[in-house]
Amino acid sequence: MGLLQLVAKRLGFGLLALFVITVLISLGVEVLPGDLAQSILGQSAAPDTVAALRRELGLDRPLHVRYGEWLFNFLQGDMGTSLANKREISELIGQRLLDTLFLAVAAAVVAVPLALALGVLAALYRETLFDKTISMVTLGFISLPEFLIGYILVALFAVQVNWFPAISNITPDMPFLSQLYASALPVAALTFVVVAHMMRMTRAAIVNLMQSPFIEMAQLKGIAAARIIVHHALPNALSPIINVIVLNLAYLVVGVVVIEVVFVYPGLGQLMVDSVRVRDLPVVQACVLIFGATYILLNLTADILSIIGNPRLRHPK
Amino acid sequence: MRSKRDVGAGERLLTMRGLRIDGFTDDRWLPIVKGVDLHLDRGEVLGLIGESGAGKSTIGIAAMGYARPGCRISGGEIDFDGIQILGAAPAELRAVRGARIAYVAQSAAASFNPAHRLIDQYAETPVQHGILSYPEAAANAKDIYRRLDLPNPDQIGFRYPHQVSGGQLQRAMVAMAMSCKPDLIVFDEPTTALDVTTQIEVLAAIKDIVRQFNTAAIYITHDLAVVAQLADRIMVLRHGLTVEEGGARAMLAAPKEEYTRKLLAVRTFTKAAADESESATVLEVDNVWARYGGTDAGVNVLEEVSLKVGRKTTVAIVGESGSGKSTLARAITGLLPPFEGRVLFNGRELPASCRRRNKNLLRHLQMIYQMPDVALNPRQKIRDVIGRPLSFYFGMHGAERAARVRELLEMIELSDDFKDRYPPELSGGQKQRVCIARALAARPELIICDEVTSALDQLVAEEILKLLHRLQEELGITYLFITHDLATVKAIADEIVVMLQGRIVEHGKKEEVLTPPHHEYTDLLLSSVPEMDPDWLDNLLQKRRAA
Repeated sequence: MGLLQLVAKRLGFGLLALFVITVLISLGVEVLPGDLAQSILGQSAAPDTVAALRRELGLDRPLHVRYGEWLFNFLQGDMGTSLANKREISELIGQRLLDTLFLAVAAAVVAVPLALALGVLAALYRETLFDKTISMVTLGFISLPEFLIGYILVALFAVQVNWFPAISNITPDMPFLSQLYASALPVAALTFVVVAHMMRMTRAAIVNLMQSPFIEMAQLKGIAAARIIVHHALPNALSPIINVIVLNLAYLVVGVVVIEVVFVYPGLGQLMVDSVRVRDLPVVQACVLIFGATYILLNLTADILSIIGNPRLRHPK
Repeated sequence: MRSKRDVGAGERLLTMRGLRIDGFTDDRWLPIVKGVDLHLDRGEVLGLIGESGAGKSTIGIAAMGYARPGCRISGGEIDFDGIQILGAAPAELRAVRGARIAYVAQSAAASFNPAHRLIDQYAETPVQHGILSYPEAAANAKDIYRRLDLPNPDQIGFRYPHQVSGGQLQRAMVAMAMSCKPDLIVFDEPTTALDVTTQIEVLAAIKDIVRQFNTAAIYITHDLAVVAQLADRIMVLRHGLTVEEGGARAMLAAPKEEYTRKLLAVRTFTKAAADESESATVLEVDNVWARYGGTDAGVNVLEEVSLKVGRKTTVAIVGESGSGKSTLARAITGLLPPFEGRVLFNGRELPASCRRRNKNLLRHLQMIYQMPDVALNPRQKIRDVIGRPLSFYFGMHGAERAARVRELLEMIELSDDFKDRYPPELSGGQKQRVCIARALAARPELIICDEVTSALDQLVAEEILKLLHRLQEELGITYLFITHDLATVKAIADEIVVMLQGRIVEHGKKEEVLTPPHHEYTDLLLSSVPEMDPDWLDNLLQKRRAA
C-alpha cells in the first residue's frame, strides 16, 4: 500500500473516531448529575427559575437536537459560544491552546533529547552501575503520581530555595524568557514523567539489536562501540522509539491536566476541567476535539516516520 | 597456480598455541575448543573443516580476539604478526579487526546493516580506521566490485542490502572484507546458504581475490569438496580438537585418520535401482497452478505442474530456492490450495484445501520438515510427540499407545529411554529421527520430505537417508523428496523432477536424468556440484568461459 493511501485511510478513520468521541462526550455530560443552569444558579435556586434559565439556554430541548445543531454549526466552522459566559469558544480556546502547546513543546524539547541520550548511553554502558542507576531513577519517577512530583518540585525549588515561582501564571504579554522561567517547574515535572518511558524503550530497542549478525560484523570491522550503537543499532531501532516518543508527545498535550492544575497554569486542560464542572458542553466538546485530533495526528505521524525510516519501504526492489 | 607454490616457506602470519575456548551452557562453562594449535603463513589458505559443534567458527573469529556472547577464550596464545591478540587492549584489537584481519560471515543478508547502502558499509572500515578518505574508499569499492564480477559495479554499491540477490550480496561482503586490503580474511561458511549455481560464483570470486592480493585466509566449512577448491592446507576438527592436518592435495589423496576418511567417503550411499515393473500410482499431480496472494493478484509460483508418484518409489524434486518445490509440497498437502488443477491420491481427487480433507486422507499424507528444531514442540516429551498422532488418528491410549511408541522408537533406531526426554536434549539427527517417527505413527502411504537433510551434518544426513531407505523397504512407504542437494538425490531417488521458476523442466528415471544429454538447466545444476578434485573449480570455470 502506498504512503498516500495509508495516510488517507488513517485520516478517514481518525475523523470517524473524532465523531464517535463527540457523541460519547455528549452522552457523558448528559449522564452527569446536574446541568449548567443548576450550576449557575446554585443548589438552593427555585425550580422554576432553573427551568426558565434552562429554556433560555436551550437546554430544555432533547439531547439529539442540541447535538445535531452543534454538529451542523461545527461542520461550518462555527464552534459556537460558551454557554457559561457567552464568549466565542474559538476566542476562549485560542490563547489557552497556545499556552498548552508552549508547555508541551518546552517539555518535549527538554525530554526527547534527554531520553534519547540517556537511552543510548544506557545501551552503551549496559549492565554497568551507570545503566542501573539511570534505570532506577527514571523508574522511580515514573512510579510517582504526577501531582506528587509537582508538589515535591514546588516544595524544593519554590518554597525551600525559592528559585522558581510555585504558580506558573503566564500571560501573553510576558517576554518569552519570563514565560520560560515561569513555567520551569511544570516543564521539569512533565519531563520527569515522560523521560523514563522513552529512555527505557530506546535502551531496549538498541540492546535488542546488539545480538544481530550485522552488529557482530561491525564489531569485527573494528568499529568503535559508540559508533556501533549510534550508526548501526539506532537507525534500525527507530521504529519502536519513534512510536514511544510520539505517544509521549501526545501525552504532553493531552495529559497535562493534572500538572496544569497543580501549577495553576492557564492551559487547555484547566479550561476543560472547569467546563466539565459547570457542564458547559460546547466548550468541553471543543477541548476534547482538539485533544483527540492531536492524538490521532501524532500517531499518524509516527506511522509515517516509521515507514520513512525503513529502507525496505523507502527503497523498494 | 597457487597450489604449486611452496607452501610453508613463506613468512609466518598467525600462530595459535594451545587455544582453549569455553561456552556457557546450563549455568557452567564447558570447553568448546580444547587446546588447538594452528599456524598460517602470508598468502596461505587454510581450510578448517568439521561438523557443527567442532569449534571451527569459534576458532576462526578467535583469531580476531573475538568471542561470541556466551563464549570466552580461556587459554592459549594467539600471535598475529607480532601482536599478542589475547590480552591486547580493546583499542589495539579494534585496530586489527577489519583493517588487518577481516571477516566474511555465512549470511550476508543478516550481516549487512539493512539501514545503510552497500558502498557506505564498504567504506566504513577504511574511513573509520583512518586509512582512506571516503571518496578514495568509494573508488576502491567500485574497482573491487568489478573484480568480483558484480553486475553494474559503478552503481551496485548505492543499493541497499535488500535490493540485491543473495549471491551478489555474498560477493559484496567479500568485497567489504577486502576494503582495507587485510593480511588475513576469515571466511565462515560463506557459501553454505547458497544454491549450488550461486555457490560457484562466490567460490570463484573468493579464489580470485585472495590470489590477486596474496591475502591469507582461514576458510571454514563443513564441505570438504568446497574447501578442496581453495585451500593449500586443511585442518580437520572434531569436538574441539585437531584430528588431522596437512597439505590439501595430500590429505584428499591419502587421509591418515579414520574420521577424515569417513568425511571423504560421504555421499557414497546409493539406493539400489527400483524394480523395473511399473508400480501403481499413489499420488498424481495434474496440471496444478498455484500462487500466493489470492487468485486475482500475485505471481504464479507453480505453472502447469504434473507428475505421478508410484508406490514404494522415491521421487526427488530438485531446484534452486524460489523454483517452487516447497510450494508444490504445500499444494499437495492442501496448505496452499492450487487455483487450478487436481491432486489425486490412489486415483481419487483430494479436496484442494486440507481443511476439507477428512482424518483418513490427512493420515495417509505426512510431512517431515527441514528444521527439526522448529518442527518439534520443545516442551513435549518424545513420548507425547510420537503419541499424539496415535491418539489423534487411531484413538490409542495407555499401554497400547506406550507399546506403539516403543515400537516406533525401535524403528528409528533410538533406545526406549528417549521417550521421557525433551527435544532440546537431543542432537539434530536424533530430532530428525523423532520427526520421522511422528510421521510414521500415522501409518502413512506417502511422506513428503522437505529438505530433511539440509540442516544436518553430512555424516548424520547420510544416516538419516539410510534410515528412510530401510523404512521404505520394510514398510513400503512412498517418498516425495524435496531438496536442492543433488548428492541427496543421487543417493535416494528413483525418479527425478527438475524444477525451474515454477515449472518442471525435466522429469524421468534417475539414470535417464543423470546421464547426458541433459536439459540445459539440469546440466548447469549437475555440473555445479563441487567435487573433491582440487582442480574441479578451475577446470569448470575454464570450460564455462570457453563455452
